[in-house]
Amino acid sequence: MPRLTADVELCQGYGNCTTTAPDVYDVDDDGTVVLLKQIIDDADRSRVEEATRSCPVSALRVLDQ
Amino acid sequence: MSGTVAVVGSSVAGVRTAQALRTEEHDGPVVLIGAEAGLPYDKPPLSKQFLAGTWGADRITLLTEAAARAAGIELRLGVPAQHLDVAGREVLLADGHRVSYDHVVIATGSAARPSPWPVASGVHVLRTLDDSRALRADLERPGPVVVVGGGFIGAEVAATARASGHAVTVVDPLPAPIGRLLGPEIGELMGQVHRRHGVETRFGVGAQDITGEAGNLMVTLTDGRQIEAATVVVGIGAVPATGWLAESGLLVDNGVVCDEYCRAVEHDDVWAVGDVARWDHPRLGEAVRVEHWTNAVEQAACVAFNLTHPGQLRGYAPTEYVWSDQYDWKIQIVGQPRAAVKHRFIGEPGAEPPRFAVVYSDEDSRLAGAVAVNWPKALVACRRLLTAGASSDEAARVVETLLVPAVA
Repeated sequence: MPRLTADVELCQGYGNCTTTAPDVYDVDDDGTVVLLKQIIDDADRSRVEEATRSCPVSALRVLDQ
Repeated sequence: MSGTVAVVGSSVAGVRTAQALRTEEHDGPVVLIGAEAGLPYDKPPLSKQFLAGTWGADRITLLTEAAARAAGIELRLGVPAQHLDVAGREVLLADGHRVSYDHVVIATGSAARPSPWPVASGVHVLRTLDDSRALRADLERPGPVVVVGGGFIGAEVAATARASGHAVTVVDPLPAPIGRLLGPEIGELMGQVHRRHGVETRFGVGAQDITGEAGNLMVTLTDGRQIEAATVVVGIGAVPATGWLAESGLLVDNGVVCDEYCRAVEHDDVWAVGDVARWDHPRLGEAVRVEHWTNAVEQAACVAFNLTHPGQLRGYAPTEYVWSDQYDWKIQIVGQPRAAVKHRFIGEPGAEPPRFAVVYSDEDSRLAGAVAVNWPKALVACRRLLTAGASSDEAARVVETLLVPAVA
């Protein structure tokens, strides 16, 4: 199943990912991305890929495990 | 859908449309046509990290050749589209080649509104990578910088130029430029941010004329005063890039006029996305055109879905969102603060660093929009509440609870 990564050094807290996939991404009090899941179902892949493409600093990845 | 999709325009709207078509399992050819010769690139850093020289061009690439190949996206870069033959389903390129399509997605974006002052050198607009390179080269020389236009681009350029050691003056005919969007109070705060960082503001007065040449320019203001400049940046807005559609027969009126599904009116095989699209917003009940990065990305996903799901068309009803990074302010704006009748500050605009939000209310006391400065968590909360149709009181309550993080 697809595995997720988030680069917290790159993250600027723009928050687009939390709109497209609120069940997968959140931001903490400092405005940095938090992964709510590390692994997603294949069925969620296209939606989560859309969320990764909405990141202005390309901090998010969907990897094949 | 197995036909050919031609995407005209290789900035973020076009690139994301091409990628999203693959996510939606479109299995026919996808051709991405771009006027500029280099690989597609991202524009927000052009007024910030790229302009400052801290990021190179490779850092802002949106789509590498390898990624395009892997996604099955054919790149046709370096030749602008010249005409759209709607009846013949062909894009005519400036070099005479034609690209046949089953569907075409218009993603040609917008162009910087040109400077009205014909000066041989030293006066810049900022829209493209080449624009940013040219401005960067001039900023490598010492000397004062004048920025005409105090909107987001102007403010970001002023911050970047100031950080690299230039004396900077920002000129804008409005007394509080950002105020046209966010209200006079936050507009005034923005003016203070400029001045706190040593940037002079001449607000409430316009630029009348610019004369001279690079390194030796004179900006004359509408009140008759003059400012010397080595470099001038003119940031007075953008206009949709629709010139190539003049003979297409498409309805063009401040952008390509589209239905709520982002299809050009009366043409089911012509779509528009990003800055160039003016579509019927189902929730706002009016035709709108939005020049923001996030809109381009969200609209690209919607167009890719609609194009591949003709039986399940989705109206495009985004919640507007834009950010701007200036000095020590990360400003994030959601919704339509300009449509609000009242607003409320939460947090500390005067703190070091500042962290606050402004919650805007419409005439029915619903949340109309919100602004967060250095407070992404508050912005994310307001963005969700806005989409859910919450009241402004509820939004204010939620944001206040974020002021003091809960003790674990």
